[in-house]
Amino acid sequence: MTPISVVDIDYVALAPVIIVLVAAVIGVLLEAFLPEAARRSGQLLLTGSAVALAFLTVLIVAASRPFGPIAGGSLMLDGPGLFLQGLILLTSGTAILIMADRRVDPGGDAFAGRVSTLPGGEEEREVSRRGLMQTEVWPLMLFCIGGLLLFVTSNDLLTLFIALEILSLPLYLLVGMARRRRLLSQEAALKYFLMGALASAILLFGSALAYAYAGTIEFAGIAERISERTTANTLVIAAVALILVGLLFKIGAVPFGQWVPDVYQGAPTPVTGFMAAAVKVAAVGALLRVLYVPFGGMRWEWEPVLWIVASLTMLIGSLVALAQSDIKRMLAYSSIANAGFILIGVAAADQVGLSSVLFYLLAYSVATLAAFGIVTMVRVPTGEATSLEQWAGIGRRSPLLATAFSLILLSFAGIPLTAGFIAKFGVFTAAITAGALPLVIVGIVASAIAAALYVRIIVRMYFTDPVSASAGVASPSPLTVAGVGLGVALTVILGVFPQPVLNLVEQTSIFVR
Amino acid sequence: MAASLPTAIPWTVLIVLVPLIGAVAVTFLRAPAQQRAARWTAFGASLLALLLAVILAIGFTPAGPGVQYLVSSPWLPALGVSLSFGVTGISLVMVLLTTVLAATVIAAEWRMPVPRGTTQGYLALLLSLEALVLGVFLARDLFVFYVLFEAMLLPVYFLIGRFGGSRRGFAAVKFLVYSLVGGLAMLAALIGLFVESKAAFGRPTFDMTALADMTMSTPTERLIWWGFFLAFAIKAPLVPLHTWLPDAAAESTPGTATMLIGVLDKVGVFGMLVILLPLLPNASVFYAPMVVVLALIGILYGAVLAIGQGDMKRLFAYTSVSHFGFIVLGVFVFTGIAMNGAIFYMVAHGLSTAGLFLVAGYLMSQRGSASISAYGGVSQRAPLLAGLFLVMALSTLALPGLAGFIGEFLVLLGAFQRSVVVGVIATTGIVLAAIYMLWLVQRVMVGPLQPGVDRVREVTVWQAAAVGPLVALLLLLGFFPQTVLSLVEPAAQTTLAGVPAGTAATPSLFGLTGGEQP
Repeated sequence: MTPISVVDIDYVALAPVIIVLVAAVIGVLLEAFLPEAARRSGQLLLTGSAVALAFLTVLIVAASRPFGPIAGGSLMLDGPGLFLQGLILLTSGTAILIMADRRVDPGGDAFAGRVSTLPGGEEEREVSRRGLMQTEVWPLMLFCIGGLLLFVTSNDLLTLFIALEILSLPLYLLVGMARRRRLLSQEAALKYFLMGALASAILLFGSALAYAYAGTIEFAGIAERISERTTANTLVIAAVALILVGLLFKIGAVPFGQWVPDVYQGAPTPVTGFMAAAVKVAAVGALLRVLYVPFGGMRWEWEPVLWIVASLTMLIGSLVALAQSDIKRMLAYSSIANAGFILIGVAAADQVGLSSVLFYLLAYSVATLAAFGIVTMVRVPTGEATSLEQWAGIGRRSPLLATAFSLILLSFAGIPLTAGFIAKFGVFTAAITAGALPLVIVGIVASAIAAALYVRIIVRMYFTDPVSASAGVASPSPLTVAGVGLGVALTVILGVFPQPVLNLVEQTSIFVR
Repeated sequence: MAASLPTAIPWTVLIVLVPLIGAVAVTFLRAPAQQRAARWTAFGASLLALLLAVILAIGFTPAGPGVQYLVSSPWLPALGVSLSFGVTGISLVMVLLTTVLAATVIAAEWRMPVPRGTTQGYLALLLSLEALVLGVFLARDLFVFYVLFEAMLLPVYFLIGRFGGSRRGFAAVKFLVYSLVGGLAMLAALIGLFVESKAAFGRPTFDMTALADMTMSTPTERLIWWGFFLAFAIKAPLVPLHTWLPDAAAESTPGTATMLIGVLDKVGVFGMLVILLPLLPNASVFYAPMVVVLALIGILYGAVLAIGQGDMKRLFAYTSVSHFGFIVLGVFVFTGIAMNGAIFYMVAHGLSTAGLFLVAGYLMSQRGSASISAYGGVSQRAPLLAGLFLVMALSTLALPGLAGFIGEFLVLLGAFQRSVVVGVIATTGIVLAAIYMLWLVQRVMVGPLQPGVDRVREVTVWQAAAVGPLVALLLLLGFFPQTVLSLVEPAAQTTLAGVPAGTAATPSLFGLTGGEQP
């Protein structure tokens, strides 16, 4: 019997994850022990400071720790991992700002006062009359963020799967907690849970096949085993295919992203923003690591698949977005289309591709969060003004908000002087250098379609006369203003002075194998 | 014209910044009471830009190096992009035209009520459009060129969409979608050049002068050529990509239409001159027959449609399609005379079209209709207005003594040098131009007084003073074309020298592909 060796753990390098998860546990205890009146502020303080502290720790770790495996080889400390952790914490922090707003909705915040009450029932009316607000969302958020941080640094298939579950389970709950249109929200949660569970199972099955092939779950070991092979092996190809499906599901790529519009529409809008930004960043990060590190030697096998998926995702995402009449569904399809553009960079499969994806993720996630933040502010008496028709003439009543939203849409469309342009330029350049010219041509066609879509919304805001059912703009609290303002500012700054960030992503874009 | 300016002052950047600062200043004069101040600020900024352009023209040495007063500072070193602005003979002429027209538009619409929105917003958009177009003309970095090329869509989009006629939303979106498609094609070409330059020089560069020395494989060059060509052909606009122009022009205010057709569309031809020919010479020669055929179709098709129009603004738009056919023809027959003529033609066309739109704008604002059938006998009521209109119309149909003649004559002369058939077909365009212009003048200005026209009043002194300089310039350039030609001739020679088409000393019947030509 071999003795159990003690795993050497570098606690400083692990600190960001530890801080977030410990704060989540404390949050659960606060729920139990803090008096109701103090709970909300206590939770907010805890969540906010945990995320901020974790962000600082990521910076410290990046500056001081040598790159390499940590926690006994389960996690990997390297440039892309740290960049993505920082980005996840930045976007999560912004999402938390928007979530914490309780001024735009006269009933409180974006979440149901008591999730357990029956929608439309007497008990629900009682809860809303007393103005109750639930605070369980905050520990759930922290657990989810902890999972995201693990997801992008996991260095073996088992840790990858566990991280996926840690991030997914709280998310299923968060999706079902909307204050308005609760049935839609609960339906979305159930859909997301069922489909997500299936995708997790597929990922797990793929991991099992990979283990069967390689005899190890560690990424480095799998890479080594694959580099030694001389013939194509069905087992490993099946493993890659299944793992790809599981990860592409979380990214929301066509045809695995069918859940995205329903879930994005039903979820409370700040949670939608969080999913579209932070969760997508983490999923792309995990996909990058899995494709580049353990399965990098199989590039010729997975690359064609990625080409097809990326093309379909861009085209279908943009085309279907054009037909939407609901702003949240439109943004959902737009986020699908953006996932396609990201996959172009992933398919380039080299260092330039990797750095272009990292930049794209940054540009995309800050703009997306700001977009959903703005959606929370545009309201009709019964809730958010989700129908695009109600957005008519917003530009005249609220020029500042319309300008901000236009800037974000222009960034999505890839117009120069916005971050979206530099991002698209990056992935297209990487793809052409890697010989993926057809993919770039599809990308440009999809960009043209998407541009028409975004322009239509700008037209509606500025040039269409307001209709009687048109929405008003709620005056938000400084929290939302800060969150949205950060997103818009970064969109412009990254468009005009991208050089420092371009340098950063270039330096960080090497996976340690 | 050869006194050199102090190089410590970044003239080429200054000239872009002045209208931009003016635009920002105007947005701060938001209160309705400050409308007057806003107008004067905008006018002052546009005049200052014009003054700077004139100073630049005086300091420019036509026989000197190709790019002068070059100002450059790195912007995105990782991509090889630098903010560099410099002036060539061709861009100098375009800058002069732009600044003249911008100042004229602001002056001419002084008392014109803005239909929707505020005057301040309108002026700010006009000035920012001027700044961006000037930036495009002066940019010496291809990336910066592209960024400004795309950015200038936005002010136009808002100018049409917010201040236009009843179908303004449709026209604005159509304009934007066409332009964005062209822009994306150009983006693809830009990325192609980026990758090629990285391979050729070891590091990426977007410097136009450096890129001109780069050689590429034939298929690559042709692919990249298509990207740029689509963008420029949509902007120019060349048939069959012209359909956005009549809608955009018809729904715009006269001032917007002037800037759109007089200045913005010139960017398309300008791009052909400074990007397609110098950077992609072999592909340009290869595709020249196709472009020439499209240009010929444009000349005839635009003219025939112009004859059939019942709406004045649409008529002007179609005449412009015809004229842009001439200009593109002048560029792509690759003879020195025709190229000089094409550049000259752009100036003449810009001036006369501006005059047509602005004078017709006076008419329309009083009568409230753009339909030709609503007019008749205007000259009885407003002889000066009718006279101004006639001068513009005569220059448009290339009457000797006016600027339009010189441009058209030079282009045709150059075309005949290259190919008799092309020359003959193009010449028919002149006949058609006489029909659509004279018939228009006849229906609108002379004849019995139509009901409703008796309300038309004579142009005010201010209005006449605003449009008057255009008449003076048309006459001046008609009699002394050398003022402009001396500026562009060396630049046109340099451009042609890089194109392996040779010079056509003797005309041939069909000779379009330049390679084998004498």
